[in-house]
Amino acid sequence: MSVKKFDRDVLRRLLRYTRPYTAFLVLAMLSALISVLLTLLIPVLIGDAVDCILEAGQVDFTALARTLVFIGAAVAGSAVFQWLLAYFTNLITYRTVKDLRVQLFHKLHTVPLKYIDQTAHGDFISRVVNDIDQVSDGLLQGFTQLFTGVVTILGTLVFMLAANVWVALLVFVLTPLSLFVASFIAKNTYRHFRGQTAIQGELSGYVEEMVANQKLVRSFGYEARAAAHFEEINTRLYAEGQKAQFFSSLSNPCTRFVNAIVYAAVGVAGAIAAISGVMSVGQISMFLSYANQYTKPFNEITGIITQLQTAFASAQRVFAVMDEPAEEPDPENPAVLPHCAGEIGLSHVRFSYDPARPLIEDLNLAVKPGSRIDIVGPTGCGKTTLINLLMRFYEVDGGSIRVDGVDTRAMSRSGLRSLFGMVLQESWLYSGTVRDNIAYGRPDATMEEVTAAAKAAHADSFIRRLPDGYSTIIAEDGGNLSQGQKQLLCIARVMLAGPPMLILDEATSNIDTRTEILVQRAFEKMMEGRTSFIVAHRLSTIREADLILVMNQGRIIEQGRHEELLEKRGFYYHLYNSQFAHDRQEA
Amino acid sequence: MWKLKRFLGQFKKHLILGPLFKWIEAVLELLVPLVMAKIIDDGVAAGDSGYVLWMGGLLVLIAAVSLGCALVCQYYASIASQGTGTILRREMFAKVGTLSHAELDVFGPHSLITRITNDVNQLQLAVAMLIRLVVRAPFLAIGAVVMAFTIDVQLSLIFVIAFPLIVLVLYLVMSRSVPFFQVMQKKLDRISLLTRENLEGARVIRAFSKQASEQRRFAEASDDVADTAVRVGRLSALLNPLTMLIMNAAIIAILWFGGFQVDTGRLTQGEIVALVNYMNQILLALTVVANLVVIFTKASASAARVNQVLEMKPSVREEQTAPVSLEESAPFLSFENVSFTYPGSAEPALSGISFALNRGETLGIIGGTGSGKSTLANLIPRFYDATSGHIRIGGRDVRSFPFAQLRQLVSVVPQKAAVISGTIAQNLRWRDEDASDGDLWAALKTAQAADFVEKLPYRLESRVEQGGKNFSGGQKQRLTIARALVHSPALLILDDSSSALDFATDAALRRALKQETAGMTVVLISQRASAVRSADRILVLDNGEPAGLGTHEELLRTCPVYREICLSQLTAEEVSK
Repeated sequence: MSVKKFDRDVLRRLLRYTRPYTAFLVLAMLSALISVLLTLLIPVLIGDAVDCILEAGQVDFTALARTLVFIGAAVAGSAVFQWLLAYFTNLITYRTVKDLRVQLFHKLHTVPLKYIDQTAHGDFISRVVNDIDQVSDGLLQGFTQLFTGVVTILGTLVFMLAANVWVALLVFVLTPLSLFVASFIAKNTYRHFRGQTAIQGELSGYVEEMVANQKLVRSFGYEARAAAHFEEINTRLYAEGQKAQFFSSLSNPCTRFVNAIVYAAVGVAGAIAAISGVMSVGQISMFLSYANQYTKPFNEITGIITQLQTAFASAQRVFAVMDEPAEEPDPENPAVLPHCAGEIGLSHVRFSYDPARPLIEDLNLAVKPGSRIDIVGPTGCGKTTLINLLMRFYEVDGGSIRVDGVDTRAMSRSGLRSLFGMVLQESWLYSGTVRDNIAYGRPDATMEEVTAAAKAAHADSFIRRLPDGYSTIIAEDGGNLSQGQKQLLCIARVMLAGPPMLILDEATSNIDTRTEILVQRAFEKMMEGRTSFIVAHRLSTIREADLILVMNQGRIIEQGRHEELLEKRGFYYHLYNSQFAHDRQEA
Repeated sequence: MWKLKRFLGQFKKHLILGPLFKWIEAVLELLVPLVMAKIIDDGVAAGDSGYVLWMGGLLVLIAAVSLGCALVCQYYASIASQGTGTILRREMFAKVGTLSHAELDVFGPHSLITRITNDVNQLQLAVAMLIRLVVRAPFLAIGAVVMAFTIDVQLSLIFVIAFPLIVLVLYLVMSRSVPFFQVMQKKLDRISLLTRENLEGARVIRAFSKQASEQRRFAEASDDVADTAVRVGRLSALLNPLTMLIMNAAIIAILWFGGFQVDTGRLTQGEIVALVNYMNQILLALTVVANLVVIFTKASASAARVNQVLEMKPSVREEQTAPVSLEESAPFLSFENVSFTYPGSAEPALSGISFALNRGETLGIIGGTGSGKSTLANLIPRFYDATSGHIRIGGRDVRSFPFAQLRQLVSVVPQKAAVISGTIAQNLRWRDEDASDGDLWAALKTAQAADFVEKLPYRLESRVEQGGKNFSGGQKQRLTIARALVHSPALLILDDSSSALDFATDAALRRALKQETAGMTVVLISQRASAVRSADRILVLDNGEPAGLGTHEELLRTCPVYREICLSQLTAEEVSK
């Protein structure tokens, strides 16, 4: 088994994480050494004991008693140290893995948002949960079995050589046979296993897609075609799975066979040695139990190496995330705005998600304190991008954004973001109580303040109807609330935080029309004196805006008040009228 | 678990012969210590090398026959277990295909997926173990005790004491540590929940600068996982040392009391060695039995979950398979006092809905969230059956149609734009496998999707990734509309399916539908007043009850709910325009 350089590097890096637990590591190694040596001593002692019981009238009871006491002591010692070994390795592994997991999670908060937007969430979660679990299994097995395995092999060799060189050599020559058989089987199995895993993945993917869309399947009467496709994959899975299972299940009987041959050879050789007087029956019994045990560590090590390789591959996936470049650090002495007026200026802002496709080139804008800015335009025109830049979720490629004349890059990110209250189309709540979710931005808020915010967001009445009122735990993914109710909670969250500026990105898209009117009123009250940015694709709410930005393909192509823009008869005019175009034709 | 027995039916031969061969192997294995005892007592004691070699040859022969038997068994096991798994998967998948929406809601897609994949794998493993180990391991354990009895009854008492002790330790340790695995799983689920939350809420968390408190929450959950793991580890680490302790204590007892027996000449040295060997065998065999118990416990839980699916009766059933002819004179679609209550719910989701729609007409349905719009749409193609009242297409109750005919007549564009991985063409051919490229382009054109599909490098053959990730929300929505239009349905249901389109595209789509698909009856559900206002008839829903039915102008005059909706979205001037 060649350990590639890649594996060595990963291993070295992984071991760095065990450094805080070096003391435990040393204790674990020591326990392993003692327990293995004592375990190996037991067959020798049993052999000695057997030699005390030769035949009728020839039993040396004093020697037997003494040997049995030794056996008892060795067994007890071995048991204690075996347990200690397991205990220490558990401790090292799970603590190490915990540190690794926490660091990986920490990375989630330091990478640029671009990374999160581009990463499949399932993949990231799988790294945090499954990959780290693999690493933990690998470490656990590696620490316990790899080390004890090596010690066992070496120890057995020494003990056997000490007892009888020739029989020891016989065992020594024959055991590689079992390794050879095992690796031959493993190689052949691997091919089928890989095939099986690939098809199993294909099958799971298909099941996932079809079952998740089962309602669609039914509405299109697609059941039979789906079943046929599934059966085709299923049949292939059977063919490959049956072979994989059969070949892999060969390894146990085959190594057992080799073991039996070694056992027979040792028995015969030992017996003949005993006949010629160079060995005792007790030593035969010792050799027999060694012969039984000797191949075990070899097989285990083969297994561990495969497992370690899986663990290294997983560790590599974890490290890949850790190596992602982090966001630029905040300036050392960030500018602070204790009394933010809400004046915003964008000058010559340049930005694109993909360098090959320029999006915003030279965007200029001056926003007076307390004004309400509505952003409109067709899907994908850059409305949300503007918000990403204001909040510094993404950094501008050129130009600058200033709040009250201060470049946002001179502030800390948290300082800048605390100036804005944000409600997005996708309402996000965490799995805590309703109260804690509303108080997310101000955990120290009193219950009165929380209810006041909920009332302002028209959420109070439905919250009171929930089984535990404000203490109701929001189920995973907010399952026990409707989309609209979730959005109302997000609105209450911002109302409680009361920031100097507001960003509403389709904030009422999931709320039914009548509640929307009420929430809209609450927003209007909140927006008084606060600079607000509003993205809406319902043009009906836009008429009160102080300034409408019409965006198309990353550029602000028109700006002004509603009536001014209509008079221009430009892009906005067409956009606004398109919603009635159909009806015009009819009329 | 026994309910699933029928799936093993066709593997009867494998289920009998597999364990039989395994049993032969086990018998031979039990003989080995006896042969070794012979070598020591008769060969070594008599100094007969020839005898030793003969017996050595016998051992090799036993090994070879054992190997042969084991291979036969493994072969049968692989066929029977993988075969059972394959059949189970097929039946499960087919069963899911027959379930109606009500049953799908009960299970949820995620649970169905695990049942078809993980649970079936668990059962597959159980079948393999059933053949490979269920006969072998207990037989070896009990066989070793029996063999000990044949050697010496008195010393066998040591076995009789050690055996239950080992079983007891296995039971005590495992019954305490195995349930922890479920606890661990729950704690790991929390880790994945927190990670998911932080991925999805990255913007909100950063907006509120809550990174530190989120990390604290995560660290607590990770600590919890680590602590539990260490606790379980400490417990299960007892298993090996304790069983080894008992076994070696038994060996010490065998040697000590055996010493007296040998001294009096009742036993030989070789027989003592054999007894020690049998003791070793018992421990190995019992450990395997303990693992088997775990595997079968898991498998029986999986079996129960699989059974739940297989035994589920679809609530919406096909009454007959012969096509039904439509009455030309009857209204094309009619609801007569239809009510619907979701299973397990006390309040009806819809009540007292009546309307009639002629061929080629468009019905607009408008109302707030939760007013029952989608529920109404789901009743027409029988995703759910109405609790009372009648729904007729062409004068025939929808319940009298065979499923295939109903699905050909009615085409639905669901609220959530879902496309399937494959090519665009494959997605579009869901309604009609044999549709020509021309048909597909026509549908794309009507759905306002032709322009962007034309710009794709492979046009109709362009890849659609799982979940349609490589298309925007608006593009996906237009593709799902095109898919519903292929093989011109007589009735098209649009369930708020243009929400991701901007106003210009939405208007163009409605215009195209009107022009290109004359004669097609349309049910159009929307939140936007501008979308439904030109429909031939508009049904206003409020909390599951009809609040108004008529044209835009009629409703403006008579229906306060409708007027309110319109006024909130359009200016007064636009409303009356």
